[in-house]
Amino acid sequence: MRYLPLTGEDRAEMLRVIGAPSIDALYSDVPADLLHGPEAFQAVAPGKSELQVEREMAAYARASRAAGDGPFFVGGGLYRHHVPAAVDHLIQRSEFLTAYTPYQPEIAQGTLQTLFEFQTQVALLTGMDVANASLYDGSTAAAEAGMMAVRITRRNKVVVAGSVHPHYRAVVQNQLGFAGIEVDLAPADPTAEDDVAARVDAGTAAVIVQNPGFFGQVRDLTALAQAVHAKGALLIVAVTEAVSLGAVESPGAMGADIVVGEGQSFGNALTFGGPTVGLFATRSKFLRQMPGRLCGETVDADGRRGFVLTLSTREQHIRRDKATSNICTSAGLCASAFTIHLAMLGEQGLTHLAALNHALAGRAADRLAAVPGLSLVNDTFFNEFTLDLGRPAAPVVERLAARGILAGIAPAVLDGVEADAAALQNLLVVAVTELVTDEDVEALASALTEELSA
Amino acid sequence: MTAMDRSQGRVSRDETPEISMIPETATGNRGLQLEEPLIFEQGTPGRIGVDLAPVPETKSRLGGVVRKGPVGLPDLAEPQVVRHFVRLSQKNYSIDSGLFPLGSCTMKYNPRLNEKVARMPGFADLHPLQPVSTIQGALGMMHELGTWLTELTGMTEVTLAPAAGAHGELAGLMAIRAAHVARGDARRRVIVPDSAHGTNPASAVLCGYTVQSIPGTDDGRVDVAALKAALGPDVAAVMLTNPNTCGLFERDVKVIADAVHEVGAYFYGDGANFNAIVGRVKPAELGFDCMHINLHKTFSTPHGGGGPGSGPVVFAESLAHVAPGPRIRRQDDGSYTVEAVPGGPAVGRLKAFFGQAGMFTRALAYMKSLGRDGLHAASGDAVLAANYLMARLSEEMTPAFPGPAMHECLFDDGFLEGTGVSTLDFAKAMIDEGFHPMTMYFPLVVHGAMLIEPTETESKQALDQLVDALLSLARRAKAGEAEAFHAAPRYAPRRRLDETLAARKPVLRWTPPAEARAAAE
Repeated sequence: MRYLPLTGEDRAEMLRVIGAPSIDALYSDVPADLLHGPEAFQAVAPGKSELQVEREMAAYARASRAAGDGPFFVGGGLYRHHVPAAVDHLIQRSEFLTAYTPYQPEIAQGTLQTLFEFQTQVALLTGMDVANASLYDGSTAAAEAGMMAVRITRRNKVVVAGSVHPHYRAVVQNQLGFAGIEVDLAPADPTAEDDVAARVDAGTAAVIVQNPGFFGQVRDLTALAQAVHAKGALLIVAVTEAVSLGAVESPGAMGADIVVGEGQSFGNALTFGGPTVGLFATRSKFLRQMPGRLCGETVDADGRRGFVLTLSTREQHIRRDKATSNICTSAGLCASAFTIHLAMLGEQGLTHLAALNHALAGRAADRLAAVPGLSLVNDTFFNEFTLDLGRPAAPVVERLAARGILAGIAPAVLDGVEADAAALQNLLVVAVTELVTDEDVEALASALTEELSA
Repeated sequence: MTAMDRSQGRVSRDETPEISMIPETATGNRGLQLEEPLIFEQGTPGRIGVDLAPVPETKSRLGGVVRKGPVGLPDLAEPQVVRHFVRLSQKNYSIDSGLFPLGSCTMKYNPRLNEKVARMPGFADLHPLQPVSTIQGALGMMHELGTWLTELTGMTEVTLAPAAGAHGELAGLMAIRAAHVARGDARRRVIVPDSAHGTNPASAVLCGYTVQSIPGTDDGRVDVAALKAALGPDVAAVMLTNPNTCGLFERDVKVIADAVHEVGAYFYGDGANFNAIVGRVKPAELGFDCMHINLHKTFSTPHGGGGPGSGPVVFAESLAHVAPGPRIRRQDDGSYTVEAVPGGPAVGRLKAFFGQAGMFTRALAYMKSLGRDGLHAASGDAVLAANYLMARLSEEMTPAFPGPAMHECLFDDGFLEGTGVSTLDFAKAMIDEGFHPMTMYFPLVVHGAMLIEPTETESKQALDQLVDALLSLARRAKAGEAEAFHAAPRYAPRRRLDETLAARKPVLRWTPPAEARAAAE
């Protein structure tokens, strides 16, 4: 077997040193009737050559329609952006790819300094004081933020606005429900201003809103933040399209207390939904309630600057059942890709990329709004907007997919909006990034014209 | 040595150079020991590392919510960024650089075939919210992975959604909670051995439970009598890691399972150490009702400097009805359907989309490569390597418990008693020997614990080098060379780092120097 270096002679010599007759004898603590040979696993295949495995996996890969195979407008929390070749090259370097958690900082400065730069970038983007070294993804980060707000305010209810991604709503409701926290889901309605301020009472720990919202709307959250704060609750803002932060005012500047997000747009492929990179940032005063790993600056014995994992007294390996969360990992490699891509963009590149996404989306929205029978639902958006097709959207999406066009998302079929599915059934959420061409938009517009006139 | 000799780079062997070259560069660089500033300290306005199309003229749709002021990112060209991160990477130890004997963390070789497969466009360039008709290949891949996991564990249901091992623990406990609630039995207590990973109690609390810890025995296993005494009708679950964190197989696992089931509780398996028994023991036959599997530990997906992970959970018949999604089903016509959230009493959504699909492709490629025979051989070699280390190291070091060990072996700091050398000193001295240190101070049940896990992908030569280095260090410690240990590491990119300072005065991000801020105002 190509991954196993021990030879028969090695094994015999090692067993001699141990004083055991066989490898099976080392399993003497396993009750004999529970110890099996390979023959007990007939349902799984024998080992295969590299070439065979590659062929079998390629067959699976070919059996899906990759995003790059044609016009593509699917977003909804994951976005198809151009990732410079250098990003993947760098994260495939062994020293990043195959390193462990930097528990021995003297020989992990590469990972640690990258995390420190990541934390700085996330704090700058979100307009917050501090960020952690990443969480699993945006949805679980939203749930963690809800629980953190409950710890801070000692209140037990979290309000989730209708602008929040349906999957995020479902994750928050599920996870907080098990923790005994009440979750109040506002209706998912793309046309109404979020009426969440009215849902806040003396028992509310936090309000979670998303900006830009799942249906695309961009909102000034300043008034909401003031209303929420006036009632002693915290404002949690979720951002699923991190590129928007290059154009839209930062949540921190609008009064957010905790910002969570999905960082996939920088440096990371779609990868069928994961792994991605959960962003989590907050104000300094809440630092010790923040979940997840933190990298901090310090000095070594010679006085030189260096970096270490720090404030671990919040974490599960020390506090066990008193920890801020059970999380003992991060999205390290995905966070590195985020940091490398953002370093290549810089201030100029980020603002340019954001402006480009916004402008192309605006042009696409204008073109699509001209298709007879449909209308543009939201008047504000960044790079994603909602169309009302005047008829159920899901079958239209299916038929367009059969024609080679992935038109977007029919939100009514997602979990997390069950109660509002009927109101959403005619809607189509369309995402436009810098990878969408004029020809793609034209193809979608003419296909929609045909479908809606049929 | 003459000036001419020096200029020609010649130094005769029997001659000591009169001048030792100590670089006094502004960068602090020395040979390949490169000092690297933060990316924020390198930017120059006007540079850019990407090419972007011009922005077409359109009206803004941002509703006036436009970002005011700069973000504050530095501007660099592509070569600068590449050089920065290559230099940073060179300050990392990794499994491709050498042996990484981190007990309970499992650092085995990461095959590059897995990376190649994960980057195929049909996996990497695929969106989870595409119509199901367009993602059949990915669903088929997930279905096959699920089949491997249920067959290898003897379980009946699987969810691939959890993002990491600890997330899997949470998912399993949610299922247990849901199962109790479904039969109108709201239990509140979860029992966890004190040798468990800290994630076990944290996950239980996150799931709304109170946690009761139970002690271990002198032979490094769960105290069955104490466990039985703690059981009662209010116990929802018992969590057990087997093989356990002392590197031992819990011989009484069936007795424990029976006792747990006797009081109507469920038996949770922490599968962190599944790699010791995969292809040999079916966890379902040990009596576990569910168990999470760390794909990175057992099936070689890379750790990436601390993530991402992936923690699928397998469920026995007893909990299949509450297992969360996604559940992938194969239809008679060969097509695949997906229940993202199964409904009924089942647990709700754990994470957006389908879970860590990029880890699924890597793990499946690894499973296909090894197959049932290769997995059997791999777990055997991992156990063999651990016992070999234990046998040889016992010459100078003190094993915490007698063997046989499973895939990792545990030592305490008894051999360092009176030397003035701590476990931490010993670990840092390993760095100077060219090895990543073992796991220190875990499990907590052993004083000054050192947990060593070699894995199956190390050659005998590599194992012998590690043993020779450790034996030498142990002898030097006993010989009274404590000062040298306190000064370690000497040959790493950094000497020992001040972790107390970092925690006392947290600096968690770069801020512009005071003079730059003043100038900007």
